[in-house]
Amino acid sequence: MEGEMTCKELVELVTEYLEGTLPDDTRTRMEDHLSGCDGCTNYLEQMRQTILLTGQLREESLTPQQRDDLLRLFHDWKKN
Amino acid sequence: MDAKLDEMALLNLLRQRDEMAFTQLVEQYHTSLVRLARMYVQDMTTAEEVAQETWLAVLHGLDRFEGRSSLKTWIFTILTNKAKTRSQRENRTVSYTDVEELLYASREPTVDPKRFKDPLADKNPDHWAAAPDSWAGIPEDRSLSQETMNLIRETIDALPENQRLVITLHDRDELSTQEICNILGISETNQRVLLHRARAKVRQALEDYLQAEF
Repeated sequence: MEGEMTCKELVELVTEYLEGTLPDDTRTRMEDHLSGCDGCTNYLEQMRQTILLTGQLREESLTPQQRDDLLRLFHDWKKN
Repeated sequence: MDAKLDEMALLNLLRQRDEMAFTQLVEQYHTSLVRLARMYVQDMTTAEEVAQETWLAVLHGLDRFEGRSSLKTWIFTILTNKAKTRSQRENRTVSYTDVEELLYASREPTVDPKRFKDPLADKNPDHWAAAPDSWAGIPEDRSLSQETMNLIRETIDALPENQRLVITLHDRDELSTQEICNILGISETNQRVLLHRARAKVRQALEDYLQAEF
């Protein structure tokens, strides 16, 4: 049985935890740690927020040239 | 366009040659497509061409598209195939991931070691010395502000290319890990390392920014 997980170890496992790819025993050790550590709980929550906010990013605006090219392409297709 | 159309609705409109539907789709994916194409071809002009060829193929293929994959996945797959064909024509070998660099990077901490207690000086080493705060009290109009979005965009733009692609495809375009690995030709483990490092940098930037006036 390995010792208690440290905060420094935990922060490097957050992505694997969120992606559901941690081995069961590691996930258990991580959850044991989280239940007693506000700092790591906040860290995990901040990572979740980060992912959510990144998901809110909209595409950069197209340049007028790109927009023109793509619309021309669309109209050519539409005519046929 | 505020209300985002779901894929089925979008597909039906596209088949009716609806310009708004096409515009929504290109606004959403064109820049990602160009960026991805750029991994394979020499320059931005060629990448732009490959992305345009992709849209043309999408439009012409609409009636044959059976919906066995999502529309998004289908578009990205067409792009990847076209970009690969073009790169072979240009005799460019794709050396996408420098494995040694990745292995080295995967051992580098993603959180500043100074935020943890000193292993030599403290009886509770490697636990937080400067623990992160909760963001629960930050109002949405701040966390979702244009300024916050710009910060995220700038942080992602400053990442190494492979991290930038993975976080964009995974967390913004919401492709699955499997799809991203197929598209980029990397293993799931490497994909997660890149994703982890990218997210950690965006989180750090957000922490610095959101808590500056907190």
